[in-house]
Amino acid sequence: MSEGIVVEGLWKRFGSFEAVCDVSFEAEDGKITALLGPSGSGKSTVLRMIAGLERPDRGRIWVGGEEQTGKTVQERRFGFVFQHYALFRHMTVRQNVAFALAVRKQPKPAQRARVDELLELVGLAPFAGRYPDQLSGGQRQRVALARALAPQPRLLLLDEPFGALDARVRQELRRWLDGLHRELGVTSLLVTHDQEEALELANEVVVMHRGRIEQIGTTDEIYNRPATPFVAGFVGSANVLHGRVSKGRMWIGDAAALAAAGIGEGRRVRAYVRPHDVDLSAAAEDPAGDGALSAAVERVTDMGWTSKVLLRLPDGQSLVAQVPNERIDWVRDGARVVADLRKAKVFPTDGPDRVDGVDGTDGGGPPDAAADGPVLARV
Amino acid sequence: MSAREVSTPRLSAGARRRLVHAGLITTALAYVGLLVVAPLVGIAIAALKPGWSAWRAVFADPFARHAYLLTGIITLETVVVTAVLGVAVALVLARDRFHGRAIVSAFVDLPLAVSPVVVGLAAVLLFGTGGWFEAWFSARGVQVLYALPSMLLVTIFISIPFVIREVAPLLQELGTQEEEAARTLGASWPQTFFRVTLPNIRWGLLYGMALTTARALGEVGAVLIVSGTIAGQTETATLYILRAYDEGHDATMYIVALTLALVSIALLAGIEVFKRREEKELGT
Repeated sequence: MSEGIVVEGLWKRFGSFEAVCDVSFEAEDGKITALLGPSGSGKSTVLRMIAGLERPDRGRIWVGGEEQTGKTVQERRFGFVFQHYALFRHMTVRQNVAFALAVRKQPKPAQRARVDELLELVGLAPFAGRYPDQLSGGQRQRVALARALAPQPRLLLLDEPFGALDARVRQELRRWLDGLHRELGVTSLLVTHDQEEALELANEVVVMHRGRIEQIGTTDEIYNRPATPFVAGFVGSANVLHGRVSKGRMWIGDAAALAAAGIGEGRRVRAYVRPHDVDLSAAAEDPAGDGALSAAVERVTDMGWTSKVLLRLPDGQSLVAQVPNERIDWVRDGARVVADLRKAKVFPTDGPDRVDGVDGTDGGGPPDAAADGPVLARV
Repeated sequence: MSAREVSTPRLSAGARRRLVHAGLITTALAYVGLLVVAPLVGIAIAALKPGWSAWRAVFADPFARHAYLLTGIITLETVVVTAVLGVAVALVLARDRFHGRAIVSAFVDLPLAVSPVVVGLAAVLLFGTGGWFEAWFSARGVQVLYALPSMLLVTIFISIPFVIREVAPLLQELGTQEEEAARTLGASWPQTFFRVTLPNIRWGLLYGMALTTARALGEVGAVLIVSGTIAGQTETATLYILRAYDEGHDATMYIVALTLALVSIALLAGIEVFKRREEKELGT
């Protein structure tokens, strides 16, 4: 059995709401694993069940080869970092960090030494006498981390630790946490809705949606080989193109655009392709080759060293390509081009539209993707 | 411009606003001054006028001393009971979702809505001759009515809401995250309560206890009915004042009244001072 975290068949229901359905995964010892998903996907509930703050309806949890399922929160002794810090507001920074040692009745000099060491580690030694109210959000979260690390937990659980901070501080703390993890090597499970955060910090990512696991993989696998339409749409930004399968190919309008092997004849399908995976070339006489479609350029937006090119396909669907400027200096508004879509992933459109979560009907896709404006092309 | 505005004296909008403002402040000051401060000052003057000999006479009177002692005992026990049970009820009301929660919440306020006299009558019904619980207690030789137990009981009853109403909203606002954090850090249930929850609600709790003290010190209606007012036995300080009033001992009456009022005021003021000092320290 793995020395890290093993979760097997976890279920949790709140009233009539199925928060977590049959979740199983393993997380490697000494690494950071991310639980990624939109809000309401059940990722925080999984984390809280591992911590012992929530009792699973079914399923088992092992950490370091020991079963944890029946243990209390206190017996598990995992470090937990909350999104809103949850610092003890009536205690100083020093008292906060010393809390776990104080309740274990460690001798005072040992407490002092450990707290000093941790405050040094998180760079807050000069603030030891302050109260949480007197610190910035980033400082508070570093205190919370020091407090969680004080009793030397074998596992660190982070619940959206940077979610309440503004973008610049979030970047900074992310880099800092990465460095800290390299130094300490404590097994960590990070819950986040921010795909960038998950990809940057984690070795492995567990993508969750509506209480279920969509895909488990390395950042490369999640990003470049999405297993489900949800992952394709949620991780990174992607164009969504609609079509139908005929003779083993996906048809967009009357062009046989993409290979769609293994999908039943006549089924409706969706193709997901990232803007920077769309390649543009000058219009040929007959572009209907493998994965190529002719398109009209509607608008070119210069982003510095790349440009976003908004394209209109013959059947009216729109598509965004993001291309380095030097490769498209010939592209003008209104020009006809050939869009190479060979890197697109094709998924059947099955029953209730599972990808809808991406555009916010499920309570939140990644904010970054939404801010990208016309990147997510939809009908 | 409307006709009405033309007919009013010429004042700028700012001046008018200042005038309204000054009017409101004057009203508030007059209201509090006439109804709260003036009687207090009046009692203070009346109590101090007879001089120290009158004070010495009051504190030498064994009935007066017994009345103070009894009020002290009842108040202390009431404060302890309502604080402990009040925090427990506040925790339940703030944290648990259960059927009947709204009803419990409404019943908590009942003692404020019902006249203490009614509470006293209810106690007589329950514990008086032929009452529901009378047989059980008298069989065990426990005298409830016209004795300390019933006086304590009615005083606790009318003091129930204060701690709960101060503490429950605080608990709700605090949420459970700090407590969860304490548990993940290895704190047991009592450690979590005494190190995290209690310090977070302490000012609300102290304030509720001060209000309870004031209420218990001043209670007269319910106690008047259940105590039987036996001087030197079941006569509290307020009942002592009532008797002094009936017998025309004005100086005695004012002196005891002033001491009771001063204790309540000192408590509330003291808590306010401590709270402000700590808020300053915390920089909030």
